[in-house]
Amino acid sequence: MNMLPPALRDATMEACQPWARFDLTALQWSALARDPVTLLSAWADTARVYALYRHRPSGLILPVSVAPDDGSYPALSIWHPVAAWYERTIHDLWGHVPAGGDTRPWLDHGHWPQTAVMAARPGPPSVAAEPPEFQEVGDGTFMQWPIGPLTAGIGEAGHLRLTLDGTRIVRAESRLGYTHKGTLLLMRGKSPRVAARFAARLAGDATVAHSVAFAVATEMALTLQAPPRAVALRSLMGGLERIATLLDDLTSLAGLLGDARAHGYCGEQQEYVRRGLAGAFGHRLMMDGVVPGGVAGEPDANGLSVLRQVLDGLAESLLAIRRLFGNGLLAARLSGLGVADRQLVETLGVEGIVAEAGRFGGDAAARCSARLDAIARDTEACIGLLSALPEGPLAIALPANSGEGIGYAASARGTVWHWLRLDHGQIAAVFPTDPGWALWPLAEATLAGAAAGDAAAIQCSLGLPVSGMDL
Amino acid sequence: MVRLPRAEPVQAVDAETVASLKQRLDAAAQARLGHGLAVRHVNTGSCNGCELELRALTGVLYDLSRFGLRFVDQPAHADVLLVTGPLTRNLRQALEQAWDATPDPKWVVALGDCAVDGGVFKGEYAVLGGPGAVLPVDLTIGGCPPSPARILAGLRALLEANSP
Ligand code: SF4
Repeated sequence: MNMLPPALRDATMEACQPWARFDLTALQWSALARDPVTLLSAWADTARVYALYRHRPSGLILPVSVAPDDGSYPALSIWHPVAAWYERTIHDLWGHVPAGGDTRPWLDHGHWPQTAVMAARPGPPSVAAEPPEFQEVGDGTFMQWPIGPLTAGIGEAGHLRLTLDGTRIVRAESRLGYTHKGTLLLMRGKSPRVAARFAARLAGDATVAHSVAFAVATEMALTLQAPPRAVALRSLMGGLERIATLLDDLTSLAGLLGDARAHGYCGEQQEYVRRGLAGAFGHRLMMDGVVPGGVAGEPDANGLSVLRQVLDGLAESLLAIRRLFGNGLLAARLSGLGVADRQLVETLGVEGIVAEAGRFGGDAAARCSARLDAIARDTEACIGLLSALPEGPLAIALPANSGEGIGYAASARGTVWHWLRLDHGQIAAVFPTDPGWALWPLAEATLAGAAAGDAAAIQCSLGLPVSGMDL
Repeated sequence: MVRLPRAEPVQAVDAETVASLKQRLDAAAQARLGHGLAVRHVNTGSCNGCELELRALTGVLYDLSRFGLRFVDQPAHADVLLVTGPLTRNLRQALEQAWDATPDPKWVVALGDCAVDGGVFKGEYAVLGGPGAVLPVDLTIGGCPPSPARILAGLRALLEANSP
């Protein structure tokens, strides 16, 4: 206990699995924000605002909460700039006001039939749709280049505003929320089994990761564990999903930079993986394959051997893919492109590929080789899992109990966190955190100073998910 | 040396789909559209699953160009708007702008369960339930997400229905 930050020593503890939640006063809430902590997420329900931290000196995961006083709570963004988008989201959905923070709309673009839709009493619709406000840069003589929300190519919808000095980007500011589908309201009041379908549709390229994090949070809240066979199958599916998504990243980047050979080759491997998944799990993305309590199904003997063939084939082609990315024009284009600041990567709590690439210079080339390393690791791990699946049931029944839990899983973009509270078997409150929350602020900082013509390639090399954070 | 992958052979288009589409596309348009289709993808709030499969379709194994299908970046260059997602209220304006910028004759394809009728998000405060809520939809391709083969079958049916 003496490892705890001082701000928490006298705090009230609430039951939450596997990490107890500290319910704080406004003073304790602000004091903790000044400690050496990394903000992993922030959200709300009708009565409280929550934050999830990693305490850097001890590595402890700290869920905390504060009850707003007269509708407002101390803003965290003063100490943690990454909190700003969470605070804007909390304001848009639950109406709690971050005192001293940014209350410009984020998800609510003025088109919904109500405001503060998740609040105990939602408000009337906002009077008029607002044009997004962006921060002023310089004396107003710079050129503004707005991109999106519909962007070139086949991708997600988001708006990026680049301020240009000649062809150099002075500042990049993003505005997301365009793909907000009301997922949280759909999940509230449902049983975890039913709500799992929405968790699986937060982000198509991380449907397994989100489903696993959601399922584990549910199991934690009920102090249950999925059976060993289900846990192993989840690891297998998670690894296969990361492989396919990372191959998709490499394919897209090669296509964007005009390398037909790398584009064709990575795309072919990705397609073989997807077909293997269809054969083994009956779905090319494995959507709805993971359920709270376990998994929905399992590959038969034929499916397992198909997967084995696909993974063996992939392991053999990795060297060739490495050569394609490590040589020639493609390597020249990637080298030095979009160098991510290491300090910022740490402050923002960015994990996964982008954080790993920091050890090799942090440019797009490093991110490509980190992707290839991750594919190699996951391929090996999945081959191992295939031959060592434990016997036993695929799922357990879930009692209609109450509780609070946190689950996490690794997606191709970093860690996915889900928090939820169950009330007699129904979801009283839930919040999924996509790695995009940390990646987008990093992208803004990485774009600043780059050439405008490189913007698309830099974004692509960072792998920026949208839908999962638009909710 | 790395072998460049080749396109795979494909099966014949489903005759029934073609016949029903032929009825829906009028004769005047057939002559004007010819044999090629330029497709602009419009994301109206997808989870990115449909995009994954669309990107897979643009890979070398499916080789769209042999059918006269190509993806373009500008609605102004498009014959077809290929719409994914349940049409969030926040993207309605963007879809309408894309539609206005697309020259006639033009077609709207709703791709994926979300775009067909809102899918699992149907009726929620933030979505309108697919492009059909604001635009005439010519073809729907269901699935969550539809596989590349299914998307290709739909687009080829649209092509064949348009050839004189
Ligand atoms: S149809 Fe399915 S895969 Fe496509 S956007 Fe909707 S939820 Fe995602």
